[in-house]
Amino acid sequence: MSNPNIYKPYLMKIDKVTEEAPFVKTFRLKFTNEEESANFKFRAGQFGEYSVAGEGESTFCVASSPTREGYIECTFRETGRVTSALAGKEEGEIIGFRGPYGNTFPIDEWKGKNLLFIAGGIALPPMRCVIWNCLDLRENFKDFTIVYGAKTVNDLVYKHELKEWEERTDVKLITTVDPGGETPDWKGEIGFVPTVLEKADPSAENTIAIVCGPPIMIKYTFPILEKLGFKDTDIFTTLENRMKCGFGKCGRCNVGKVYICKDGPVFTYAELKQLPAEY
Amino acid sequence: MDKLRQKAKELLSNNEVQIVVGYEEGTAGKARPAFISSPDQADALIYDERCIHNLAVYLTQHKLSGNTKIAIIASFPVMKSIITLASEKQLDENFIKVIGISKDNNIIEFKDFADIERYINQQDLTFTPEELALIEKIDAMSMEERWEYWQNEFSRCFKCYACRSACPMCYCTLCITDFNQPQWVSVPSHKQGNFEWHINRAMHLAGRCIGCDECSRACPLDLPINLLTKKLSMDIQKQFGYSAGQSLTEPYALSTYKPDDKETFIR
Amino acid sequence: MATENYKLLKKESLPALFDKLTASGKTIYAPVKKGDKTEFDVVTKYSNDINDEYIQTVQSLKETVFPKVEKLFDYKSDKTDTFIQEVDFSKFPQNVLWGLHPCDVAAFRPLDATFRWDYDDKYFLTRMKLTTVVGLSCSKHDDYCFCSSVDISPASSDGSDIMLTKNKAGDYLVEIITEKGQEVYDMAKELFGEISDDKESYITDVPKKFDLTQLSKNLDGSFEAPYWLAQSMRCIGCGACAYVCPTCTCFDLQDEGSANKGSRIKCWDSCGFGHFTLHTSGHNPRETQSQRWRQRILHKFSYMPDRIKVFGCVGCGRCSRACPVDMNLSEHLTKIMEESKHE
Repeated sequence: MSNPNIYKPYLMKIDKVTEEAPFVKTFRLKFTNEEESANFKFRAGQFGEYSVAGEGESTFCVASSPTREGYIECTFRETGRVTSALAGKEEGEIIGFRGPYGNTFPIDEWKGKNLLFIAGGIALPPMRCVIWNCLDLRENFKDFTIVYGAKTVNDLVYKHELKEWEERTDVKLITTVDPGGETPDWKGEIGFVPTVLEKADPSAENTIAIVCGPPIMIKYTFPILEKLGFKDTDIFTTLENRMKCGFGKCGRCNVGKVYICKDGPVFTYAELKQLPAEY
Repeated sequence: MDKLRQKAKELLSNNEVQIVVGYEEGTAGKARPAFISSPDQADALIYDERCIHNLAVYLTQHKLSGNTKIAIIASFPVMKSIITLASEKQLDENFIKVIGISKDNNIIEFKDFADIERYINQQDLTFTPEELALIEKIDAMSMEERWEYWQNEFSRCFKCYACRSACPMCYCTLCITDFNQPQWVSVPSHKQGNFEWHINRAMHLAGRCIGCDECSRACPLDLPINLLTKKLSMDIQKQFGYSAGQSLTEPYALSTYKPDDKETFIR
Repeated sequence: MATENYKLLKKESLPALFDKLTASGKTIYAPVKKGDKTEFDVVTKYSNDINDEYIQTVQSLKETVFPKVEKLFDYKSDKTDTFIQEVDFSKFPQNVLWGLHPCDVAAFRPLDATFRWDYDDKYFLTRMKLTTVVGLSCSKHDDYCFCSSVDISPASSDGSDIMLTKNKAGDYLVEIITEKGQEVYDMAKELFGEISDDKESYITDVPKKFDLTQLSKNLDGSFEAPYWLAQSMRCIGCGACAYVCPTCTCFDLQDEGSANKGSRIKCWDSCGFGHFTLHTSGHNPRETQSQRWRQRILHKFSYMPDRIKVFGCVGCGRCSRACPVDMNLSEHLTKIMEESKHE
């Protein structure tokens, strides 16, 4: 469409609401306009601005894979004004979506390699898109390992998908909860994600690591990956920052000269090391 | 000025304080706030009739928190601001040394806040004829004229919040304008948003304003913001006999109930 | 010093020119005397209150292409349906910005670079297209001006559609720069004459305070420099500098109205505000004023030239004049140059 209005959102109907964990929900969204739905393209790693009329917009990644057409999904935790309003929405209601923005995971460059996904808590959603994207192209990759942990069993998101991944023979899934977060029937690991990762001792040989989690988890995970022999150009993560416009004009999300909304949100550890301490 | 510089050098050399907050020469013959952190910088300190910024605004800001001991050069309005902040429990006396400047430009080394309170109450605390005249001009207007006057002024405001940032009494870490659940004050600077902001601020400052006029001086568009809070200060003095900046212990009129409070505003 | 040929617009022709512009449906913004200051205001007729000898106004005319409050669209919503009503772009006004100094004219370039960086901002671009800029060279300057330090000359016509220079007779030497300028000329040919004159002789000389290329080099790698804290001590964190600046573009997006009916608005914001980068979680990457001051300088003088090939400052000096505590930008930049020399 020539001369588009970059501030105008797509109108999306909430097709399905899933309660993932306390205060965490997933929305499956479908375009109300068929032409827009047909023309919409995005790649794993990109994000959007999701809005509730009258409240404002909030930034989340697109949590579904681009290999699944006809809908997008987002997962969010009820934290502030917009997410609280979103949490009150039901199936059939309309919300806004602007996107896709940002850069993407370079999945094509990973073909023929082993993939190691490491996520913590509410940071599994940004990874889910790339996990499913790769699983939908499973034959292109070698070993497929997912290490995922949360504070408690209840806080694990995508519980039904975790079960699916666990049952697949071509995926090695390690789930863990923080010490004290287990239930009597918990069969997974108990321990913080970095510790569990080190115990799993994955091989760095021909492997790409994709990490996403709360800052404290990331802080302890990167050194372990380096210790295991991973090159910092083979470690990927996705950052978040305060955003408004999503396309580099409102001046909020830059870390030094790097704009998280344009040059990110996907970065390698090598690129992260170059960033000034401003995020 | 020499005595001031000497005092500053002395305090810094003894490490009695780590920073002296005062004034220095600025651009185009104006003065501006200065932060002196070593004795050799103390010669930059000045004090004359150009030194009008209310330095008390820096006492509640992050950059001077922690274990930093501060000396602050206090003109009369700054002294009153310090007393008001102290009465609201915002300052720790042990970290602030106040060097007052009297009307005849002499240095007053205050021992503690009680010392400042005593000094303030020895001065003339009535509103000046100029202040009264400004308020009377608005009071003399009819309701319609007044509405039009303020509409005109507020329509020019662009919500830069210089008034808020420059006011020592606006120290809330989360200002009402920053609240978005719910959004009490509209963010954009349309007429409604501007009215909401200025009326809110005036009410939050009612009776707490000591009349330094910093708000309208800081305003890049010369809006007469000081008139709002000044008028409310006058009203509160009339209604409750309370004035800010004069007592460390007298509770704030609007958060206190006394059985003999005048209730003429309820009809 | 060279005498060249110019078109001539006599002062006494201005009322007629303004009348023609107004009659053709254009809104004229001109510098108007207000007490001892000069401010841009909308005028329909020429008057003697229009000041062509001002040094600088308090506010810029950035708001004509980037409004303080800009409605993006209206929405209407119920449980199952939402409608978005875009604004009518065809109703945007045709503006003539009269008498802008070269710094203000040059400011449209960084605005354009930001609002067209990979995504085109239709609101800005539509307004810009409908704007005719009439520049006015500078015969005076004050301590706050530093256009020459950011490589802008007080005689520069870069960005103007028509450029005016006042000569000793009080008339204007006219340069037609663009097609839009030609359109204005064609509309009022009979008001213009010819003259040979020396434009240079009417231009003030603004001494250079620092070298821009060297500054940019010095700022590279200055992220952890100690001077950010020292410089920002007296900054009180208001938005005065960002709002009077003709190139600052930080904005906020706000929804106003109820869940059923309202509008989405784009309005001015400032990176100097304490909560500008505050996350909902409570984390704030720029939680101290010195970090925010550093962002302001580096964004204008390092990040913008690096990413969008244009500096975010035109040396108009408005920020320094408006600042309640005299955070003099050119003074700080000059100090940075001096401190960098010792490294």
